[in-house]
Order: sequence, then structure tokens, then C-alpha cells
Amino acid sequence: MTAGRARGDLGTDERVTEIDELSVASTHEIRQETMVINMGPQHPSTHGVLRLLLELDGETVLSGEPIVGYLHTGIEKNTEYRTWQQGVTYVTRADYLSPFFNEVGYCLAVEKLLGIEAPPRAQVLRVLFCEMNRIASHLVWLATSGMELGAVSVMLYGFREREQILDIFEAATGLRMNHAYVRIGGVVMDLPEGGEGRIVEFLDMMPGRIDEYERLLTKNPIWIQRNVGIGALPAADALALGVTGPTLRAAGVPLDVRRDEPYCGYETYEFDVVTRDAADCFARYEVRIEEMRQSLRIVEQCLDRLREPGPVMVEDPKVRWPAQLEVGPDGIGNSQRYIEHIMEESMEALIHHFKMVTEGVSVPPGEVYVPVESPRGELGFYVVSDGGNKPYRVRMRDPSFANLQAVSQMVEGGLVADVIAVIASLDPVLGGVDR
Amino acid sequence: MPVERIEGHRTGRTAEESREEFERGLLMTTLDKAVGWARKQSMWPVTFGLACCAIEMMATGAGDYDLSRWGMELFRASPRQADLMIVAGRVSQKMAPVLRTIYDQMPEPKWVISMGVCASAGGMFTNYAVVQGVDTIVPVDIYVPGCPPKPEMLMYGILRLHEKVRTEGRFK
Amino acid sequence: MNVAELAERVRARVPDVAVARGEATVLVERDRLIETLGTLRDDEELRLDFLSSVTATDWPGREPRFRVVYELSSTEHHHRLRVKVGLPEDDPHVPSVTGLFPTANWHERETYDFYGVVFDGHPNLRRILLPDGWEGWPLRKTEELGGVDTRYHGAFIPPVDRRTT
Repeated sequence: MTAGRARGDLGTDERVTEIDELSVASTHEIRQETMVINMGPQHPSTHGVLRLLLELDGETVLSGEPIVGYLHTGIEKNTEYRTWQQGVTYVTRADYLSPFFNEVGYCLAVEKLLGIEAPPRAQVLRVLFCEMNRIASHLVWLATSGMELGAVSVMLYGFREREQILDIFEAATGLRMNHAYVRIGGVVMDLPEGGEGRIVEFLDMMPGRIDEYERLLTKNPIWIQRNVGIGALPAADALALGVTGPTLRAAGVPLDVRRDEPYCGYETYEFDVVTRDAADCFARYEVRIEEMRQSLRIVEQCLDRLREPGPVMVEDPKVRWPAQLEVGPDGIGNSQRYIEHIMEESMEALIHHFKMVTEGVSVPPGEVYVPVESPRGELGFYVVSDGGNKPYRVRMRDPSFANLQAVSQMVEGGLVADVIAVIASLDPVLGGVDR
Repeated sequence: MPVERIEGHRTGRTAEESREEFERGLLMTTLDKAVGWARKQSMWPVTFGLACCAIEMMATGAGDYDLSRWGMELFRASPRQADLMIVAGRVSQKMAPVLRTIYDQMPEPKWVISMGVCASAGGMFTNYAVVQGVDTIVPVDIYVPGCPPKPEMLMYGILRLHEKVRTEGRFK
Repeated sequence: MNVAELAERVRARVPDVAVARGEATVLVERDRLIETLGTLRDDEELRLDFLSSVTATDWPGREPRFRVVYELSSTEHHHRLRVKVGLPEDDPHVPSVTGLFPTANWHERETYDFYGVVFDGHPNLRRILLPDGWEGWPLRKTEELGGVDTRYHGAFIPPVDRRTT
């Protein structure tokens, strides 16, 4: 390099050719590195505590690896130290947006081990609440996806409708979320006074609201641009990766546990399994909106079947949970009749109640696997019993756990903003993933 | 079952206690009172929703139970711009360092509400995986029990925090 | 096909089939695992091409101590089969099935994380749900639940796994 040359002094051609070749060559060797960026676990747009390790080349994603475990709660280990009945309260908090499905799956598995079946009215109630839970879960998906992609008003609308559903849940079960309503042998109590009326009101109002969401989003050019063609997951890949639920059905594969391996009487209900062919984020959006409508259909059919009264818990005294709760004058749910019976009338009933509450049910040894169709896909329960009053092993095959494996494939080659759209369309609930 | 009545200006104290508090507060300078009022008026929470309580927190921020009434609908994603951390949900051992990092990144003055029993004391998950109470990691100002707490319960906790902030001096 | 027919068809390939509560379970030696799963997948009547879950159960004091459980289902015929492999305590290795079923990737990592079962041939066998430096295999029956004792106003309550009531 010749020193003393005036910089920027490009006068004659002669001077230009004397420019140091080394400096020209060095401008061609611009060092390029890819960025490795951490998205999460605290992030407004990942659905919960999901961490994504993204390798970026500018704005393009070269690879995205999801890292989970930030919500690991040890639910499966905890159930091994509690009685079978108490397992319901643990299991219901895994996938916290669809608590009824967790409970139904667990109780079906335990009932299969016990060799009993819940009474028909209990099954109808299970289906009713599960389908309403499906609508509520899809509403949260719509609300959070909308917000993450920029449609903030959808967040408010989704939660407005969800409040209606949660009011019904609260009236029937006492809790807005994580109700321990479905128990081994049936459900814990019947619908309250006026419960059917509230559900009918809800059914009248909801289809119009779903139309509202569609009017807002389906033909919206921004929504279309952000969702159509993004995050394609063809059917073969989806099946190989173990993906189930709306993501798989949006790829054209009509797999639905309610249709293929019916439980709780689903074979007697009329509903369509919704599929689309495009396998992108927009197709998943369409599938979920249509699924909400199908769930409303099922809820209507459930209400028809609830006209005749009936028991909601099995009669077998070794299994049934001992009280039909009512809300007393002091606002606490206890069954005054039942308390009178065990405290004043019958000593055996008192002893039996005591044993049921402390020891619980004894389940014969064996293992079962029961799948249910949760809003995210196939939720399976592998339950092993060694004959005691505590579960030996409860394994939840959560749909989001398998669905999240597909993220790496879906985000490759896309933009960072598409990562958000992809995760939103997968609808993972990290409580289920991490358990 | 006796229900606690909220008397006075959203304080949870009786009228006499409010008066005593006010008189004690006369020792506070006008500047302190102004600062306290300003701090509570629009406290911005950082998004730290972890599990089921996060959904109830979102419901509290949504239309039916509106946090916007107190200027708090704006959940800031960046801890640098937030002054309240509502730890909503169970904190696993893997998440604990992240929690502490986010808390450290928040500028003073900052407050923490521990929402739900899992955040307050480990909840029903007394096992290897869950931190038995976030007060082992960060200092907590208000504990809101419940599994999950209803939005009204969370709002009550937030209002008590507002009172606490309003009546404490500038220097914590 | 119903469970009895399924069991018969599987028995033709793999002898150790048990049927209980409407479900069929097959016990396989670990050396023949990959081969068996491939056969079950390719057989036209069985077509067990979807792997739902991989997990393990721990039976301390029994031989074999660990049982790795594979839940298979058929997308065509909608029947299910469970495949179990027994592993001894001192050598908990089993070949990974990620070559046949890519979905097993995370399931096997979780089983490794909880039980310490090593899947040979897995592309990325690291802990998935527990923090990286965690010591121990928490879901083994010999590990404690890990709760803390509660002391309150003079009362002392031990964690759940050490309570006598």
C-alpha cells in the first residue's frame, strides 16, 4: 500500500488505476455471518414460554429450533403420589386451555381399567362441556393469533365471547378454568337451574359472532398476505412428524379421533370433520373457524338429549364420589342432605365416605391407552395401574408436544414475521408440551 | 360467611384507619404524594404470563374486566419499559433464572405481584420441578391466591398495590 | 379389523401378543425392535404407520426393570397396537426409531430425560424438559418427589411422598 496518497483523490484515469488492488479486493470480501437469535421464553408472541433458537441471515430464517421445558411441572410424577381421584386435578392443569379434555381422557382411561362406564347422561354432559371447551379454546387461539399478527381488536372480541362460555362453566362447575368436573364414573354434578337456558342463549348468539370474525378476517388483504402460503406442512410430512388436529386436517387428512375411535357416544352425533387442502396458516385458520361451527351443532344435539333426567355418576359405591354438591345458603357447595345422612343417620355411610376420601378407588392392575380429540389434536392417556389406590404411571401424550416438532420445518426459509404466524397457527399450549 | 367490605378509597381499610394513614402521611411531602399518585396511575405490567393464570390475566386485560380503567392495558414486552411484573403461573426450575433476569432488567421503581398459588407458594405442585414460591427469587409486594384467581381477585390485588404505592414514600 | 383379528395377524409375525380390555400388546426383544416396527408398518392389513407416543415405565425390583412402550396406530384402518420392549437396569439401551418415525425424536428425548433410557442412534439425545445440567432421572421410582416440607404455626407437614396418611 503506497502511503501518502490523498484519499478520495480520484482525478485522472491514471490515478484510478493506481488504486491499491488490495483495498479493492477487501471490499469484495465482506465478512458475512448469520445471526443466532433467541426468541423467548419471555416473549409477547410465542404462545407461552416457548423458546426458539433462530439462525437468521438478515430477515430470512435459516433454521428454527424450539426449546421447551420452561413450564415443566412434574405433573406425571405427582400423579403417582396422589389417589386416582386427585389425579383429575393434576391432569386438568396440563393443557390449561382445554381442561375438560384432559379430565375426560384421564377418566375414560381409568374407567376402562375399572371396566365401568359412566351413565348416559354423564356422557352427554361430558360431550357438551368438551365441545364448549373446544369453542373457548379456539376463541383464545383466534384472539391471541389475531393480536400477534396485528389484528388487536380480534383479541377483545375473542375474549368477550369466551367470557360467556366461562360464565356457563362457572355456573355449572364452580370454576372458570381447571374445573375438576369430570370424575371417575361420571361428572360431579348436573347442570344447575337455568343452565340449559343459558346455553340456548349462547347458541343463539354465537353463530352471528363467528360470522363477524369471518367478515373481519377472511377476506382481509392483510390477513391473507400474512397467512396464505405461509408455513406449509404437507400431509406426508405432518403424519411422519406425528402432527394431529387442525394442522393435519388443514393438509387434507381427515383424521379425527371422534370419528375414527369414538368415545362418549360421539358416533351418535352428527358433525363434519373439517378439512382443507392448502396446508398453510390460512387453511388452519379456516379449519378452526369451521370447527367452532361444528361444535355448536354438537352442543345443540347435546341439549336435546338432556331433556330426560338421569344419574350423572355411577351407582357403584366403591367408585362413586360421595356427594352431589349443591350451593348452600352460606354460599359454600356442600350437600346438606348428604352431610345429615353420614353424620346422623348411618355409621357405615360415614366410614365409607371416610375411606373413599382418604384411600380412594382401587383400580385393578393393567394398562390402557385412551385417545381423545382435543382442540389441538390427539390427546392420549397411557395409564398403568398396579392394583393400588394410586396410579402407577400416567403419561399424557399431548398433541402440542408432537405438533411443535414440525416448527423447524415450517419456518425454514421464511421471514421472522412468518415464524410468529406459523406458531400462532399451530396453537401450542406450553402447559401440555411441558407438563 | 363474612365478606370484607372495602371502605375508604379502595383501600380495604375502615374510615378511621384511612384517616390515620392520611395523617401519618401528612409527614410525606407534597412531592412524595404527587410521585406516589403518578406511579400508581398508569403502571405498566411486563408480559410474564406463564400458565393458566396468564389466561386469566389476559381476560382481566380484555373487555369484560378492563384493566384499561387503571391505565394498565398496555402490557409491555420489554422489561425496560415496565414497572410491574405480574408473575402469573407456575415457575419451573428452568424458568427461574429467566424470571430473575427479567426482574433485574426492569428499572426502579418496580413491583411484583405474585398471581396464583403456584407463584405464591408452589401451589399443588410440591415437587422437584416447580419453584415453591417466587418470593425465593424476587421480592414480592402482593400475593394473589387462587387457582387461578378470578379476574376480580386479580383486580383487587392490583388495587391494593396501587394503594401501597400511593402511600409509600419516594424512597422505598 | 377388531382386536382379536388384529392380535391374530400380529401373532403371525411376532409371537408374544396379549389382549386385554380391548387392546393388543406385543412384547418384543430390543434387537428385533426396528425390524418388527418396519414389518408392522408395511403389512397391508395392519398398516400401523402412525406413532402416537414413546414412553417408559419403571418397575424397580423386577427384571427387566424398564419397559419402553410404543403406541402405534393405523391411519387407514384406525386400529391400535402397543409394542413393549424390556430393558435391564444395568444396560438401558434401545435402538432409536427416529429413522422409521421422525415423530419419535422428542418423545425419545423425553423418555431419556425422565428415565435415563438411552436411545442408540438418536440424532440429538439431550434433556428436553428439565434444565440442561439436571442430575438424576426424576420419574424413576427410586427418585423422590422433591417437595418441600411445610411448616406453619407449629405444624409440620412433610412432602407428599413421605406422608404416612
